[in-house]
Parts: sequence; structure tokens; C-alpha cells
Amino acid sequence: MTVSAAEKTSAPPPPERVSAVIRFAGDSGDGMQLTGTQFAQSTALMGNDLATFPDYPAEIRAPAGTTFGVSAFQIHFGAVDVLTAGDAPDILVAMNPAALKVNLPNLKDGGMVVVDIGAFSAKNLKKAGYDTNPLEDDTLSKYQTLELDISKMTLEAVKHLELTNKEALRCKNMWTLGLMLWMFGRKRGPIIDWLKGKFAKRPELAEANITALNAGHAFGETAELSGSLAHQEIAPVKVEPGLYRTITGAESISLGLVVGARLADLTLMLGSYPITPASTVLHNLARWKQYGVITFQAEDEIAAICSAIGASYAGALGVTSSSGPGIALKGEAMGLAISTELPLVIVNVQRGGPSTGLPTKTEQSDLYQAVFGRNGDAPMPVIAAATPVDCFDAAIEAVRLAVKYMTPVLLLSDGYLANAAEHWRVPDIADMAPFPVEFAHDPEGFQPFKRDPETLARNWAIPGTPGLEHRIGGIEKDYDSGNISYDPANHQRMTEVRRDKILGIARDIPEQDITLGNDAGELLVIGWGSTYGAIHQAVRRARAQGLDVSQAHLRHIWPLPRNLGDLLGRFKQVLVPEMNTGQLRTLLRAEYLVDAQGLNKIAGQPFKISEILDAIQSRMETSS
Amino acid sequence: MTEHVAPAKLKPLDYASDQEVRWCPGCGDYAILRAVQRVLADNAVDTANTVFISGIGCSSRFPYYLSTYGFHTIHGRAPAFATGIKLANPELEVWLITGDGDGLSIGGNHLLHVLRRNLDVQIMLFNNEIYGLTKGQYSPTSRPGTHSPTSPLGSVERPVSPCSFALGAGGQFIARQVDIHKNLPAVLNRARGFRGAAFVEIFQNCLVYNDGVFDSFTQKKTAADHQLQLEHGEPMIFGAAQDKGLRVKPGSFELEVVALGENGITESDILVHDETNRALASQLVTLRMPEFPVILGVIYCEPAASYERAVLDQIDSARTAGGAPELQDLLQAGRTWTVT
Repeated sequence: MTVSAAEKTSAPPPPERVSAVIRFAGDSGDGMQLTGTQFAQSTALMGNDLATFPDYPAEIRAPAGTTFGVSAFQIHFGAVDVLTAGDAPDILVAMNPAALKVNLPNLKDGGMVVVDIGAFSAKNLKKAGYDTNPLEDDTLSKYQTLELDISKMTLEAVKHLELTNKEALRCKNMWTLGLMLWMFGRKRGPIIDWLKGKFAKRPELAEANITALNAGHAFGETAELSGSLAHQEIAPVKVEPGLYRTITGAESISLGLVVGARLADLTLMLGSYPITPASTVLHNLARWKQYGVITFQAEDEIAAICSAIGASYAGALGVTSSSGPGIALKGEAMGLAISTELPLVIVNVQRGGPSTGLPTKTEQSDLYQAVFGRNGDAPMPVIAAATPVDCFDAAIEAVRLAVKYMTPVLLLSDGYLANAAEHWRVPDIADMAPFPVEFAHDPEGFQPFKRDPETLARNWAIPGTPGLEHRIGGIEKDYDSGNISYDPANHQRMTEVRRDKILGIARDIPEQDITLGNDAGELLVIGWGSTYGAIHQAVRRARAQGLDVSQAHLRHIWPLPRNLGDLLGRFKQVLVPEMNTGQLRTLLRAEYLVDAQGLNKIAGQPFKISEILDAIQSRMETSS
Repeated sequence: MTEHVAPAKLKPLDYASDQEVRWCPGCGDYAILRAVQRVLADNAVDTANTVFISGIGCSSRFPYYLSTYGFHTIHGRAPAFATGIKLANPELEVWLITGDGDGLSIGGNHLLHVLRRNLDVQIMLFNNEIYGLTKGQYSPTSRPGTHSPTSPLGSVERPVSPCSFALGAGGQFIARQVDIHKNLPAVLNRARGFRGAAFVEIFQNCLVYNDGVFDSFTQKKTAADHQLQLEHGEPMIFGAAQDKGLRVKPGSFELEVVALGENGITESDILVHDETNRALASQLVTLRMPEFPVILGVIYCEPAASYERAVLDQIDSARTAGGAPELQDLLQAGRTWTVT
């Protein structure tokens, strides 16, 4: 198929879109995560804003062709700030019938489906649970379809390289990527460089993948595609000048911990045990040894946190990272860190629960666990990150509070934040305010539990310091000397001072602000964590419709900002969208006696903007 | 000419803290505390640079009674705390105090891993074959038939042998001693000198819940005939008359007790202890009364690289190889672009 020169010149200029959502879906072994990540990288380099959402099964390689083995990667990119990975895809790339079956219900009406008909064999249709071929009945009638034999075209493109059939077929994701790059005018150069690096030891595979990529791109150039199937332009987003990179929440939180330790002038020691979706934090820090980071892959979750507490006891910054089930195992040790008043950062990358739950899916259902989940009166600050980029600042804040108040701090992320990527304007460490730790060193009048009168933090005396030898432990301590004490009045006093120390942090954190809208009015939508983007866009759209709606988003879950009660009281209605059954809502009701209402989604998937917008609209209707 | 003034010789009590010791009168723990204080004094150990870490149980109150740094942690997890401490500051001298319940029941997992990793720490496992602090339940080292509140008809469980466990876990230093034995400080001194995980099982009498459980080999009238105190390079001879010894049973891969002077057996037939011989150690830790004496002293000692050293060396080499990069480089690693 060729396009004549005359047709080319008379063709209208490429249509311009503000943003687009593409979902790449295929078998776990089809390389969809790589395809999506590379598309995102190329998109970032074009200057579009973007947000990504990898959505993959817990099984490493589920049986091929099955619906439960479908892996997907969604990217939302645009000429404006996009904030979420998008509600419904404009384009669905389905590499087999199962991918089509799982993902089609979510495609926008009138959206485009790109399918590899080479994978639509009778066997694959049956595995996906299709009685009839969806390409032949009216399943796709609402959509524009691009039915291509990608498998065959890939095999033909790389035929001259004499690979095995299996190796050749594995290049079909690059063929598909090539086509999508053409469609949105993305550059191939960075991906070609990446392929050369990735397959440095197998140059024939590098060549095959690059050939497939180019072939897919060339197909787009030469095929007669029209309408929204044609080449499209998305202009760069206008952003602040600076140096940029893309970053996932997992990278961002890892960097934040390392930079936080530097600002505190401490060595970072991460004790951790692999668990989905938190392992990436351990992976990242384990390969940053050249920056002096110490990592310890412990024998279990308990040893992980205990080693981190041991490191803090000895004068390093102890950090441990896990997900809900692992955090549960760490509970007793958290109590020890609270009782001995040692700094510690505990990262919880939340996933669907309870028990093993949904290991690779996202949820926000560990808020109770974070705030309340320990034996005894065991208060601990809890901080939640809102976006992948925000994970960096949240991690630094967690470190700052841990060392300033001599306390463990719980830092909440989730599976969506950990895996999602967005643009990051790289900050300069030299511009950040350091908060160096000063260890106790003077034996004169030394008491291990002597407190700073303002922060109530005890002094931090580390082994190796002459004259400060002392013993600490989990048994209740005398208020002054720290020696074992079973005295009733002392226990009351100690429990209260541990509580007051944490509550006092409210004086040290910013007042709660309004992200969008007025600071009083009809409806406040208040959230925490990774729901930020969806809430923000929903409130923005509601306001564009003239509705009196505001948004507030909590960074500090415990203690809560000191003005929060006042703020909530200035709105007639309060709506709390959460990916749980109402945990923040319960906390707000308990603390402020406010009639907060919930919007609760517990599906292992992030909120769609439309879901929150609908909830806002229905509340505004009932109130008017 | 410089005048050297010898420092005043330190006494065990110089290492006592100001805290009142709260073990039951007559507990074996007192003897162990005194032995440890003796070792610290003999070596003029720097209290500022020394940390005693413990879990939960009677034995785990130990750190409170010493004038060093001390950390009384949570049940069974002392090895994990010790690992973090040594990674953060490898120069600290770290002692770990545990018991048969703390170390082999709730904390069995951590004991396995601290031994296999060979962290540089002295591990003292006080074995009294009973749960003391929770009031007398049977423990993982209790003998079959032990009557206790949770085994009123007698325990049906098979006990674990701490030294077999430690050797099987990959421990490179395995020793055993009796709480009241005069050789306890010497064994602890050897453990202290070992750069790695030095495991010492101490038979400790609990006079409230399991009194006399070790009497068959610890009492004056039984000790000589039922204890074999090992000496590296010396024949393994025991008995009040020094007339019994261990040899390899002819035609088999096991040890037997023989009487010197009987059937033409002389000292030259007796096995000489070689503490670097792992195969020998694996036999010695399995020997049980009444057929065999209880083996005491340093059973196995074969130095190997310590864990924290290996970890920190790797970090040092990574720093050197990477040219000690700036943290800012890490922030802007990978594909970046500039917006003007």
C-alpha cells in the first residue's frame, strides 16, 4: 500500500488532541509493560505531561491466552497536566482475544481497537471464553477497529535474521510500539538506543526488535489510515523551566529516603523483606551502594524492622519497607520503637487486602492499621504521599519528623503510586534545608529519657559515646532515668507524654490548605493518598459546571492538621472518596464529630474521574 | 624516658550497673553474669564501645545488670537488632543474650540466619530446658515426658539440641559449658576473640521450675565421670581417674567410649580434639548421656569472613569504583530533558 504524493500534499494537517489515553494489553509474556514504559519514555522526551498505570496479574507467567494472565499498561499523555492515567482509553491495543475480552468494556465509545488478528485463533478465542469471534460479530460495532496480522507482519519483517519462530514472534510488541509511535509522532531514537543496551549481549535480538519497531512505524506511514486512525499531534505541555525526568513512585520514595538521610546527616540502613508491591524500594536502595546506602535483605518482615531499629539505636537512620501483610508482622517491633523512642521510617506500599488479598492491585485500606494497629497506646505519625512525585517530598518529611521527634513514622504509599510514572522536575539538593542530627555527648547530667521541653523528644545517645552508657528496652521506663519502672503514676505519665509528643507535631506541620476552590461553601471533597489526581480533576470539572465544590487533600493523617476541624466545619457537606470502606471518614467523624460521607471503591483499581464527578453531582442535586 | 603507669586491674564488679538484680536467689544466671563480668574485667573492655542485646525471658534481663550499653528488645528477635547495630557501627563489641525459648522457639528463625551469615557477635544461649518467666511451661529443649502446666501428662515433643542446630545452621564457632563451671570465663573469652557468630550454649539451672535437670553431670560427684572438657590438640579423655576416652568405633563412622588400660587401649588410641574439624564437631554435638559424657568446651572453631565486614567492604568498593559520586547525580540519572 502506498500513498501518492498528490494525496499527501492535499491531506489535512494532523488533527490536534489535548490528550490521549492508550492501553496496551496482552499476555503476561507479551512484553506489554516494556512496550508501555518505552512509549512513556518517548512521550516524556516529547514534552507531554503524562501519567501511567501498569496493571498486571500476581502470577509471573499465568497460562498463555487466559483472561487472568492479561497484563496491561495504560498511559495518559497530553498538552495539559493530566494527573491521572485516564478513565477510559481512547485506544486499546489488544494482542490476543483475552486482552480484548478483559479490556474492551472500559474502552471509550467510539474509541479505537487495534488487534493482532494473528492471535485470534480458535484455541485462543476459546481460552478467552469467546463462543464466537468478536471480530466477526457486532462486539466491536461501537468502535473503530484496526485489524492487523501483527504476528505475520513481524515474522516477515525479521525473516532475514533467521531467529527461531518463538524469538521472532516476541518482537511483535516492538512492531506494535512502532505503529503507535508513528500514530502520535513520537521518536524512535531513544527506544532504539535502549534496545541496543538491553540486548548488548545478543546483538541479533537487538536488530530483530529494532527491525520490528521500524516495520511497525513504516506500516503506519504507508498504510492508508484515516480519521482518528491517522497520525495525530499532541503539543508539549507548558511547564516550569528546569531539568526533567520521568519517575515512578517507587523511585521517588527511594530517592526521598536517601536524600532525607543526607539532610539529617545520617547513614541510611534499610532492612527489608521482599513483598509485592514494595520490593522495588529494596531493589532501588540495594543498587545505590556507591552512595553509601546500606541494605539488609532480612530473613523475614520482623527481622527487617528489628534490624532497622538496631541501626537507629546505633546512630544510623533505620528504614523498613513492606506492604500490608508485612506491616502486620512488624507491629510488635513498632511498639518497641515507640517505647524506646528511636527514629525509624516504615514505608507501607499498600495493596488490596485483607490477608494476601490482591498483591498487585492498589487499595488504601491500611489507614486504620497505620494509625491504630498496635498493642497498647502506641501513637505514631502517619504521612501519606499523593502522587508519584510527591513520594519524594513525603519521604523527606517522614525522615525529618522521625529524627526531630525520636519516633517511628509510618509513610503510606500504594501499589498505584509505586508503579505509576509522571514527570519530575529534578530538585537541587543544595536548595533543600538540612536538618542535621545532634547526638547526645555530654555525660554531665545525662539521662537517656531527658526530653526537649518543646518537642518532648528524648535525646539520642548512641553506643560508642563514653560516659553515656545506659540500658533501654520495651518495659515501661521511669520518666527521668529510663530505668525499669512499674509505678502506676509513672506509667500514666509516660503514656501521656508519648501521646503529647506525637500530637505536638501538629504545631510543626502546615495548616491544611484548600487545593482547589473556596475555603468555605457547599461541598468539600477531602481525600488522602493516590486518589489526589482523580479527585482534583473531578472537582475541577464540577467547578467548571458552576458547582460550589472545593478540594482538600491530606498529607498528614496523624496527627491531623491543627485547623482541620475548623475547615471541615465551614462546609455544608463533606465527601471522602477512598479506596476502602471509609477509614479516613471514620477518623474524621471521631475527631471532629462531622457528618462526613464516603465514596468507597474497593475494586483494586484507582478511581475514575467520572465516578467522583458523579458522586459530587448527585450530592449537589440532593442539596439544591 | 616515659613513665608507664599500669592501670588499676579491673574487677568483675566494675562492670555491674546500678540496677538491683532481680533473678530468683540461687538462679544459674548469677554465675553466668559473674563469668561475663570476669571476662570484661580481664580484657579491660571499654564499656562505651560494648552493647549487650537480649530478647525476652529471664536470661534477657541480663543487659540491665551491666555497665555497658544495653538493649532489651522483643521476644526472639535479638539477632536481627544485633545485625542492624553491627551494620550501622561494626566497631561495636556486641553480645547477644538469649534462652532456649527465646532463641530456639519464637526466635529460631533469626538464630538460624545470624549463624549462617556469621555476624560478628557473641551469642550466649542460656539453656534451662524450661520456660521460666512465663512460669514453667516446657520448652523446645525440654526432655520427652517433662511435666509442666502445658504438658500435665508429660511432653510428647522431641527436643532440639542447640549445638546441633547451631552447627547445622552454619555456625563457625560452637561451644558449650555449665553455668557454674570454672571454665565458663575461658570459653566466653574464646567466643569474644572470634570474629564472627560465636555460639555458646550454657546449661543453666532453673531452681524454681526445672531444678536439678542437669545434676546428672554437673554435681561434684557426677561431673568428672560425665563431663568431657575439650582442649584443642589434646586427647579426649575424661573420668575421675582420667581413665576413659573417645575413639572412632572400628569399622563404623561413629564414636565410642573406651576404657584406658582395658583390651590394650592406650592414650594413643584416643581421638585428639581438633576444633577445626567440622566432621568431628558434627559427631561431638550429637553425643548424649548416659552412653557418652556431655561434651563441653570449644567444639568447633573455624574463622570465616564476618557478615557486616563483607557488606561494608562491598559498599566501600562500590564507592571507590563509582568514584564516590554525588547524590545529585543519582537524582538526575537516566533519560532527562531540559525545559527552557
